[in-house]
Amino acid sequence: MPNHAEPSSRLTPPINKSNLSVTELKEVARNLRRHVVKMIAAAGSGHPGGSLSAADIITALYFRVLRYDPHNAQWPDRDRFILSKGHAAPILYAALAESGYFPVEELLTLRKLDSRLQGHTDRNLTPGVEMSAGALGQGLSFSVGVALAAKLDRRDYRVYVLLSDGECDEGQTWEAALSAAHFKLDNLVAIVDCNRLQLSGWTRDIMNLEPFAQKWQAFGWHTIEIDGHDFDGILAALQECQNMKAKPTVVIAHTTKGKGVSFMENNVSFHGKAPTPEEAEKALKELG
Amino acid sequence: MAGISTRESYGKTLVELGKDNPNIIVLDADLSPSTMTHFFAKEFPDRFFDCGLEEQNMIGIAAGLAASGKTVFASTFAVFASCRCFDQVRMCLSQMGLNVKVVATHGGISVGEDGTSHQAIEDLALYCALPGLTVIVPADGIETAEAVKVAASTYGPFYIRLGRPKTPFVYPESYHFALGKAVTMRQGRDATVIAMGIMVAMALEASDVLARQGIDCRVINMHTLKPLDEEAVVKAASETGAIVVAEEHLAHGGLGSRIAQVVAREKPVPMGFVNLGDRYASSGKAEELLERYGLTAKDIEEGVRAVVKRKQDT
Ligand SMILES: Cc1ncc(C[n+]2csc(CCOP(=O)(O)OP(=O)(O)O)c2C)c(N)n1
Ligand SMILES: [Mg+2]
Repeated sequence: MPNHAEPSSRLTPPINKSNLSVTELKEVARNLRRHVVKMIAAAGSGHPGGSLSAADIITALYFRVLRYDPHNAQWPDRDRFILSKGHAAPILYAALAESGYFPVEELLTLRKLDSRLQGHTDRNLTPGVEMSAGALGQGLSFSVGVALAAKLDRRDYRVYVLLSDGECDEGQTWEAALSAAHFKLDNLVAIVDCNRLQLSGWTRDIMNLEPFAQKWQAFGWHTIEIDGHDFDGILAALQECQNMKAKPTVVIAHTTKGKGVSFMENNVSFHGKAPTPEEAEKALKELG
Repeated sequence: MAGISTRESYGKTLVELGKDNPNIIVLDADLSPSTMTHFFAKEFPDRFFDCGLEEQNMIGIAAGLAASGKTVFASTFAVFASCRCFDQVRMCLSQMGLNVKVVATHGGISVGEDGTSHQAIEDLALYCALPGLTVIVPADGIETAEAVKVAASTYGPFYIRLGRPKTPFVYPESYHFALGKAVTMRQGRDATVIAMGIMVAMALEASDVLARQGIDCRVINMHTLKPLDEEAVVKAASETGAIVVAEEHLAHGGLGSRIAQVVAREKPVPMGFVNLGDRYASSGKAEELLERYGLTAKDIEEGVRAVVKRKQDT
């Protein structure tokens, strides 16, 4: 049965996540953003914008919310985090490494030949990665299947899936949205990284999604809107969805693409372009 | 004609499997009365999910269930199971290597009256193109039951193409299906017909006629297209010196292409191809269409005579 690679013996000790304060979470997020810049700069290619916009959401999940054991990646009762927007792999890899799934030094092998850290996520190579993604629009369907399995097996794990706003153009996302509500998957939470930019421009110009929250409501989802860079708001939303019964929850997280690096913020050209060594140095200085 | 449709055999086999294995989950896309997964749905309503007309979503859901340890069967018509959700199959089943069995019914032109939109004749090219997929086309109801059971107990993604109409039995009840192992239905020295699905019965019919004309024709059922039993192909080429491939599929990318690749590499001999060529069919009764588009025992006979002649001429 194909499965995750063996965890490395040289593991970073996991951060005790149960009691990190918001101040400490901010520190973790800053560190993850630094990893993202360094990894993509070292690789010479990649997608910084969508990793940086999702950094705070992913920090909140991996360092406060999710239940998991990095030494037992296949633990059947682990909460599942599914990255649907597979091009944001660097921020997930950074979170997994800092959580103890594999050594932090391995992050710099991103996109290199023989690396376990592929350009887009691969569940058969990277410990902790639940789904291979990269063709946008498939993650919510996969998550519906995982949430259904929890119901069938009477397990209480929760399923969190991170979508991009761009992939809400995909018809399949809405097929999955219909089905999650139809199957009453209250153990499923979709978080949409609404950074308002897609590959070639603003979502409102490329393909308007508005009225966005109303669409999810009309599809039968409990809908929460937050500032995706405010930890209090993220944590409150992820708490609120735990009380929902018979309905999936969507957290529409308003974010800034490239968040944390001034010249990448709201800059569509940093959707899929690596910083030059000089730009990376400048970015790291800004991040501190 | 004694026989049942391969889809009916599938539907009944699923119920049997469901009784023994609580881990089996069945998905359908609003076609369960036609794909015959409705038998399973009735028996095990908690383990059946109708995904509605959402084939792409169905494949993703199947993958999520399989990633959580389930053995998943997902069914719809072969046209939709291949063309509508190919990217999903590529990512979720081939690349992730998950334990999902796509069992697609109404394959080929023998669907009949529904016409070109409903006739899957490119599905095998698509599925065979994907690394890690096992692709099977059973020849009758008995082989279908066996193949479905083997799929259920073999880890990994499968595509099984079934048909709509009743298909004559070519096997006795005692038949044992061996995955990836071609079945020599009849020995012969002058030429070999390699067939799959409904073409197997026709190949046997053709070889009867040919025998009376003094042509001793081997018939092989290549039920597993991928992985292909290359040994059986090479043996047929070496021992009979001429091969005709018969399939209910377009000319390109199906069984004929796959076998020609092996023959060209290992043992070049004259080859003939009985298939749909490079065109769509139309509405009509199944038998009328098979006749019109060149998929009959007669077409196989002619194909064999032609390769035997070429063999003698060289
Ligand atoms: C099905 C599919 N079509 C096209 C692409 C190419 N692509 C990669 S990212 C992207 C859009 C990026 O915008 P968004 O989805 O909003 O992601 P984010 O802003 O979070 O980076 C596109 C079109 C793809 N990966 N998958
Ligand atoms: Mg976006």
